[in-house]
Amino acid sequence: MKKAVFKQIDGNSINYWMLLALLGSFALAAVGAHFYMEHGGHYVTGMNNQIVWGLPHVFAVFLIVAASGALNVASISSVFNKTAYKPLAPLSTLVAIALLSGGLMVLVLDLGRPDRLIVAMTVYNFKSIFAWNMIFYNGFFLIVGIYAWTMLQRNLNKYSRIAGFTAFIWRLALTTGTGSIFGFLVARQAYDAAIMGPMFVVMSFSFGLAIFLLIVMATYKWTDRPLGDATFNRLKNLLGVFVAGVLYFVVAQHLTNLYATEHHGVEAFILRDGGIYTQLFWYGQIIMGGLIPLALIYHPTTGKSRTAISIASILIVLGGLIQMYVIIIGGQAYPLELFPGKEVSSSFFDGVVNSYSPTLAEALLGIGGFAVTLFMVAFAVKIMKFLPESLADEAVDPHHSK
Amino acid sequence: MSNSNHTNTYRRKFLAQSAAVAGLAIAPGIILNQVAHAKSDADKASSANRWGMLIDTNKCNKGCTDCVTACKTENAWGAGETHSSEEQQAQWIRKVTITDKQTGHVQSLPLMCQHCETAPCVDVCPTGASMKREDGIVQVDKHICIGCRYCMMACPYKARSFIHEKLELQKPTAPRGIGTVESCNMCAHRVDKGQDPACVEACSNAQHGAMLFGDLKDANSAISIELKKHGGEQIRADLGLNTGVRYQGL
Repeated sequence: MKKAVFKQIDGNSINYWMLLALLGSFALAAVGAHFYMEHGGHYVTGMNNQIVWGLPHVFAVFLIVAASGALNVASISSVFNKTAYKPLAPLSTLVAIALLSGGLMVLVLDLGRPDRLIVAMTVYNFKSIFAWNMIFYNGFFLIVGIYAWTMLQRNLNKYSRIAGFTAFIWRLALTTGTGSIFGFLVARQAYDAAIMGPMFVVMSFSFGLAIFLLIVMATYKWTDRPLGDATFNRLKNLLGVFVAGVLYFVVAQHLTNLYATEHHGVEAFILRDGGIYTQLFWYGQIIMGGLIPLALIYHPTTGKSRTAISIASILIVLGGLIQMYVIIIGGQAYPLELFPGKEVSSSFFDGVVNSYSPTLAEALLGIGGFAVTLFMVAFAVKIMKFLPESLADEAVDPHHSK
Repeated sequence: MSNSNHTNTYRRKFLAQSAAVAGLAIAPGIILNQVAHAKSDADKASSANRWGMLIDTNKCNKGCTDCVTACKTENAWGAGETHSSEEQQAQWIRKVTITDKQTGHVQSLPLMCQHCETAPCVDVCPTGASMKREDGIVQVDKHICIGCRYCMMACPYKARSFIHEKLELQKPTAPRGIGTVESCNMCAHRVDKGQDPACVEACSNAQHGAMLFGDLKDANSAISIELKKHGGEQIRADLGLNTGVRYQGL
């Protein structure tokens, strides 16, 4: 196998600058949405005292989880020593850092008092999984940053294995921690489950790789660099395994809940009677985000088509966002069980299914997270050598025969 | 040599004098600051107490909302949130009606922060803004609350509210701030002065006497005696939070 040659993209075309301008304007729109929400208060959003976490959190948690997953390719190359993945490992670290930046931006800009971020950075309550996550997120930037450095600077290459291994352990902890934000909520019927941690890890594998694959396909197509079938097939087959893995965890989560009578109420709500949440679960999360992508990836015809795999990846991303919506919003929409076996009513919406209508500002803030991520990637590949010149089969596969 | 000795002496003197001047300049500020913030030992929340409440649902009048009104007046909430929707407006205490699905038995009770011993809101708060005083009162330090709302996700009793807009006409004893979370703090400012919380006083004034406030650690307090005699249940006792607010007749 030839040593991969890394080179910046030219980035001189009108299209490139148009892309940056488009992403930049979405990022600016998100900042605008933030000021709009902060100026008068959160009353301009659809969030309330029942649905306390809304659309921004759906996007933020999705992006943070995907950040860890985008590191898949780098982890496989360094930790499991698969040379075929090596050429894409630096890009993998870049996408991971960019996704985490986008996600954290959304999360922070939705805080009631984002001006007090310094408090969150300096005062820690170590019993809070949120505080742990702040350490996980900051550490992720540092560790993955160092990892990228060891790969990009030749005389540091010898340290990339250990850096990669550290990053691998760290990212697993990070996603487990993010899932545990929900897993540790003892009082809510929809959460309070240990499976949340590992489920979020597998979700990260799937969402992160789908975004990574889309970025690779788009970049190589737009820059006229060769992307061989060997790399493409490896990545898409791996993606298929992860999508199936997510479905497995979802089945396990709901089957466990269905066995326990105390969870029948919330299960009936999500799976059967929850209106929009039930529809989102079955049509959005399971069919659109799981079964259709699986079929596209493994069908002998569509599995070979780049277009079909792009569509599958986009569906996985959309399905992932919907899954987050069902978990975060659906979980809060279902009323708290204050008095099991009794009907409850009050002026504070006890005992009723809570309603939530997201506003444009929340959507713009969330989409801005994606825009910031993609802007960072598009800009970084122009100024730094993250991308191999060629991912043609003969360049990446030592056993490739023409 | 002797020149340098002179210089050193001069330097030492100069430094000592500067330090003294600086000290004199700062000292009054420090002392005044300490005086301003000092609390006598008697005023401090002490772990020798654990403040609690006992609510007799059989005495609680179904149509009465005096406790809610009193809390609104005391802590200045319930008006002024003009932009917020009904779902967004804060409620520190509310009357809840519960109907037994089997028997149809209807009960009414006030519900507010239950002041858990192991409060989930305190556990999850990243900055420690959601805190428990030595005397068991759970409240939010609005100066370091970042408005993440994780405590609202964690609270089993839906006792907390987020402030969705700018507020005016607040009371010095109950500061409220946009973008932060708040809840019942058992009228800590009244408790510190030896008074009952406003809701308890209102219930008593209405001749219902459904709410009893006192020290759970004092075996001779009325609340402890009553709890020992007739018992008291916790809402969601299964969570094992050891709440400071107990109910009879549930």
